[in-house]
Amino acid sequence: MASLQENLQRLQEIAANPKAQLDRYLKSGRQVVGCFPIYTPEVLADAADLVPMGMWGAQTEFSLAKKYLVPFACPIMQSCMELALGGKYAGVKAVMIPPMCDTLRCITQDFKFGVKDIVSIPFTLPQNRRITAAIQYLTEEYGHVKERLEEIYEVEIREEAIAKSIECYNQHSRAMRRFSELANRHLDIITPTVRHGVFKSAWFMTKAEHLAYLRQIIGQLESLPDYEFTGKRVILTGITGEPDSFLKILEDHNMAVVGDDLAQEMRQYRTEIPEGDNGIVRLAKQWMERIDPMAHEDELRRVELLHGLCRENAADAVIVCLMKFCDPEEYEYVAYSQELKDAGITVLSVDIDQQPNSYDQARTRIETLAEML
Amino acid sequence: MSEQNTTPAAAPAKPKRPKSKSQLMAGALLDKAYNDAIEAKARGEKIGWATSLFPQEIAETLGLNIVYPENHGAAVAAKKLAEPFLHYAEAHGCNNDLCSYAKIDLAYADLLECSPASNMAVPDFLLVANNGCNEITKWFELLSRKYKIPIFMIDMTYNHLPQVTESRVKYIRAQIEKLIEDLSAFTGKKWDPDRFAEVMRISTANRNLWEQIADYLALEPSPLSGFDLFNYMGPMVFTRGREETGDVMRQLIAEIEEHIKNGTSTYPGEQHFRVFWEGIACWPYLSHNLKTLKKYGINVCATAYARAWSLDYTPGDIESLARAYSFTSSNNILMDESIRRRKEWNEKFHIDGTIYHVNRACKVMVCQQQELMRRVSEACGNLPFMAFDGDQADYRNFSEAQFETRIEAFAELMRKHKEELRNG
Repeated sequence: MASLQENLQRLQEIAANPKAQLDRYLKSGRQVVGCFPIYTPEVLADAADLVPMGMWGAQTEFSLAKKYLVPFACPIMQSCMELALGGKYAGVKAVMIPPMCDTLRCITQDFKFGVKDIVSIPFTLPQNRRITAAIQYLTEEYGHVKERLEEIYEVEIREEAIAKSIECYNQHSRAMRRFSELANRHLDIITPTVRHGVFKSAWFMTKAEHLAYLRQIIGQLESLPDYEFTGKRVILTGITGEPDSFLKILEDHNMAVVGDDLAQEMRQYRTEIPEGDNGIVRLAKQWMERIDPMAHEDELRRVELLHGLCRENAADAVIVCLMKFCDPEEYEYVAYSQELKDAGITVLSVDIDQQPNSYDQARTRIETLAEML
Repeated sequence: MSEQNTTPAAAPAKPKRPKSKSQLMAGALLDKAYNDAIEAKARGEKIGWATSLFPQEIAETLGLNIVYPENHGAAVAAKKLAEPFLHYAEAHGCNNDLCSYAKIDLAYADLLECSPASNMAVPDFLLVANNGCNEITKWFELLSRKYKIPIFMIDMTYNHLPQVTESRVKYIRAQIEKLIEDLSAFTGKKWDPDRFAEVMRISTANRNLWEQIADYLALEPSPLSGFDLFNYMGPMVFTRGREETGDVMRQLIAEIEEHIKNGTSTYPGEQHFRVFWEGIACWPYLSHNLKTLKKYGINVCATAYARAWSLDYTPGDIESLARAYSFTSSNNILMDESIRRRKEWNEKFHIDGTIYHVNRACKVMVCQQQELMRRVSEACGNLPFMAFDGDQADYRNFSEAQFETRIEAFAELMRKHKEELRNG
């Protein structure tokens, strides 16, 4: 069995180089489905023995993407278009795209027209989640995705296989939550970059493979004595808390990430797929129960959620990783930042981008935060 | 607030031509709608704010007074009163990146005063449909939290397929029925299905008049300036379900018929080029835009934006209403359908070129616009097009010089294209 450091190192490598992982899968004869942020019915792909891989772009300059997107479009979407148009996703037959925000609505079309060798499979998640008719609607929408996957990949997605994949996904979610808890007892080992690598690598492996790593890591962490961390503890919220150069600023200031509400990280694992007889209905019901700012909510549960995360993890501050040009997150910020501040929680907002930059401004702001705390 | 005297330096006020009777009627109808809401509020009735493509038939049937923040934001911007609102919003947590209508409205919600533009009474409930964009849901969530009032929402489900699927229709219908029940209970108003059918009938009649007016733009030369349609959008948004709106439209038709009879037009000058305007008007610079277009004899003879309120359904049939509201806006449909519609309009209105407003405030409009430009041009025999950077309400995101230079080059492009077509 590999050591804890070796396991963590392997996941860091996978998180840092998804292209190598894609090539490895393709070379071994596996077929890959691209999954745009934030939620796609990955389970359906997994049940067909396809590999669902997350599409979160990369730190890259935008050149080809300019033919489709304005400079003030979401950087993740710009870099995904850039990579797709530049042939970096070669070998991927199809991508699933949920138009969860206005830019994603457009991406369903830009991708369809611009990227000729990859089929786009859009599906629309319901926003009025308090009405039971939404479940029936989403069941049919997911049914459409299933049919498209079967047709494009020439596979059959059986009910028993969906149930088996759901079990694996739920076990994986539980393992991710367990890892997050344990990480806080070993903040000397699970630094912000290491924590992020564990979460991000899950997007580029089958959940079964990632789960195997997680189980080993969890066991290895459990066998170690707790570490008494004396630095500052922060919660991250937003779409993504990357790149590593941003997280390293936290490390430089002796800060640890002790919990998150990031779309790329814990938002994926908070809500398990509920029990039931029909796999697709179960997936639809999971969406109804998710707490996510991209979905319409009558109540702003994010304040409560972030407040809870701070309390449960003895956090000193919330760092808002505000993805540039992300309007849903920008609107939410107006509401929750003041409420959190009123509740006595320190809130710092940092712009997150996907174009290479030095994060100098973030460094100055985090320095100030560290001094203030 | 001292917005009354605030005029962006870049857009000086100009003497205006006298308003026609129909324009005065449209303005009066709109003023009355704002005042009715204020008076209803004073009487203790519950009033609402709604998104502009929410099925107004529901509130109209219940006899509720509704105002539309998007329309209000456009009016504030057109009257060059936006500056203090934009600055206030940005100073109070709104990112510069957010929709300028939203910023104006969220600032207004705090300040509640924008004389001399119409004021809106404080809402008791919100009506949201996301067929215009997703962003508006988040905007109205902020209003809901600020005022601690309920949102009644109809999720119109973005259409990535070439039709509104049956599963969408069922879901939207179920939402409409639930909303009617909940809104009736909240406001204490009684639902009358016969009245609902009647409002749908009136709305359809007004829609038909609106289509008839837009169709006059197909005549060569056109008896009206295409920008004129923007002046009548207020009633089409606010009072589409009322008989009085029909009176405004019929008056406008009479005026147009008079122009046809006399061989005149509301377009000020000779018409050399007929263009399609893509996107929302650049409200703070409407007169500048018109003046620049006039210089080259360019008339806007078609827009997709104004036609979004041209909802085609069968009165009494709730499912056809669901389909119509889900599929009306270019922002809620797949690009193939957008291209199909534009090809049809470009042919019908004998369009010489397209002007694309790259609207900084509206990501859903601009994030697929570049491909749309190429595809529509290709579908229409390499139809010329141009794009300019602007904003529906934020005067800071527009350059008069850029617009003027591009229009000059565009006129030349259209001239050459027409010449090529003439020469076979």
